[in-house]
Amino acid sequence: MVEMVTRPYAGAFEKYAVAHPDVLCLSADLTSSCEIDGFRDRHPDRFLSLGMAEQNMMSFAGGLGLAGFRPFVHTFGVFLYRRPYDQLIASVAYPRRKVRLMGFLPGVTTPGGMTHQAIEDISVMRSIPNMTILETGDATEVESICEAADSIDGPVYCRVLRGSVPRLFDTPIEVGAIRELSRGVDVLIVTAGIATEEAMRAREALARAGVSIRHLHLHTLKPFDANALLDHLAAVRHGVVTLENHVTEGGIGSMVAETIADHGVAKKLIRLGLKDTYAHGGSRPYLMRYYGLDAGALVAAVERLLDEKLGVSEADLAAVRIDAVHSAAKAEAL
Amino acid sequence: MINAKTTEEVALGIRRRVFEHSIRNNGGYLSQACSAADQLAWLYNEELRLGEPTLPMIPKSFAGVPSATNRDYHTGAGYNGPPEPQCDRLIIAPAHYALAAYATLIEVGRMAAEGLEMFNRDGSSVEMIGAEHSPGMEVHNGTLGIGLSTGAGLAWGRRRRGEPGRVWVFMSDGEIQEGQTWEAVQTAAYHGIDNLYAIVDVNGQQCDGAMSTVMGVGDIKAKFEVFGACAVEIDGHDVEAMRQAAKTSHPGKPLIIVAHTSPYRGMSPLKSRFPRLHYVRFKSERERAQMNSAIAAELGVAPIEYTP
Repeated sequence: MVEMVTRPYAGAFEKYAVAHPDVLCLSADLTSSCEIDGFRDRHPDRFLSLGMAEQNMMSFAGGLGLAGFRPFVHTFGVFLYRRPYDQLIASVAYPRRKVRLMGFLPGVTTPGGMTHQAIEDISVMRSIPNMTILETGDATEVESICEAADSIDGPVYCRVLRGSVPRLFDTPIEVGAIRELSRGVDVLIVTAGIATEEAMRAREALARAGVSIRHLHLHTLKPFDANALLDHLAAVRHGVVTLENHVTEGGIGSMVAETIADHGVAKKLIRLGLKDTYAHGGSRPYLMRYYGLDAGALVAAVERLLDEKLGVSEADLAAVRIDAVHSAAKAEAL
Repeated sequence: MINAKTTEEVALGIRRRVFEHSIRNNGGYLSQACSAADQLAWLYNEELRLGEPTLPMIPKSFAGVPSATNRDYHTGAGYNGPPEPQCDRLIIAPAHYALAAYATLIEVGRMAAEGLEMFNRDGSSVEMIGAEHSPGMEVHNGTLGIGLSTGAGLAWGRRRRGEPGRVWVFMSDGEIQEGQTWEAVQTAAYHGIDNLYAIVDVNGQQCDGAMSTVMGVGDIKAKFEVFGACAVEIDGHDVEAMRQAAKTSHPGKPLIIVAHTSPYRGMSPLKSRFPRLHYVRFKSERERAQMNSAIAAELGVAPIEYTP
């Protein structure tokens, strides 16, 4: 079984912030939900409670950046761009303030439904000049997200996993790099975030069915290394499938599509993700299955790409990990 | 810098320059100069502790927006002097007051008069709606309501660093309609940010006309106080009242001066255009000529020569 790490952000942030005096911890009434309650209690002089007022928080963070501080802004990802979008542009992105936007509960990792689910955040953030985007896919990436984010000369938006997080990798985020998880020659699979764990399960089943998978994991979504992707596209025979915890417009699927179109690559592409739809409230495994974001959906897509039934059954896919909605690792039922 | 003029002279100079510019260009943000000239003059000529300008008297051309590759980028804050710890910082929250703000820089010797000739010209940094790179500006405030939040964050950070310099925000009453203004006040009060100062030009005007006919905001001073600020209400054309208001003790709270003003102060013929004063464009050459002679007489200058 994969190692599960509990609240990896909590310790990682505290360790990083303590070592860097110009890092400040900002929270918008979701302090324990973003795993910074311990930091608040132990380092109250470095913690700024800004309440449920995200528009002010964004411009306030810009002012702190103007004073030379590097605020880490903590809230659910969805609250970092939907309500305070104007402030995000004018106070943070345009002037390239070193504001670190730590967005928790990306996509369908929350059962909170439409209002809580950041499903178009990558698309929005990608189109903002000066913005960098990072996404965590495992505990090691969560543990290294603070250092990675704080290395950015400008604003950065991070999709951060919380609670009980699997450890899939043993090396920290290297900003700008792509993780090559397998180097097969039939089909290229590109994933990020929680989709990577699903793809790793599908990959094993597909390998047993005789399909050689080349699997890339992205933690740096912007800037995106299109040249590296071109090499991988050239290395597979049949095409590419993207799987993302996000709508299929403007995210990883679009990034791959743009690369293919920009360079005239003659390879088929299947984009998996939320298909021009909102999600609703439910458990992560339920939502991933319902919306076609899981290992089974990925296997089906590879079958479509190859135009061939592979005979991979449910039993062939590793057991789905179920998170209890109520767990000691979470601050509340979300 | 040594004051070469009285604050009253600076204020008159601001009105004259904005008037001249607006007559020549057949329109402009005239009413903002009428209501705010005395406040801007007082800030720059007396209240703000600013160092010598660090940017050329004649503004540089537009040199690109901030980006990872535009390494020479800088804001227009250098016209307010260097960001030294002991110096004050000024944020002009309503960026459409830029014309009046530029005129102020000229009047206090921080920008050459040629700067105003570049106003709203293609390729110029002296933009119509003050941009971050425009003279005297440090942040973008073209969308109203974000200036006080930025000032609060900057002030918190400066206090944290032990800098004695204050943060002043010049505001307008229209942005009081924005919820963010109240988020900012409650934040500054909650965190005791008392090195934050604001002066609000309450001219009762917004784009659609008189604020009372667009969205009434009630008792501004009382609202600021209930949200936790120390607020002082004054006649925004009374410089002595500004001097006294700024001395108000406000431990643990931001100080907000609510300055009631007239949008046609010093240019009374503009009253005929009330309540549509946000941006005055003359309706006919006849009106333009009438305004020219009448306002020029009130401002004590000869009528402006212009090409109809």
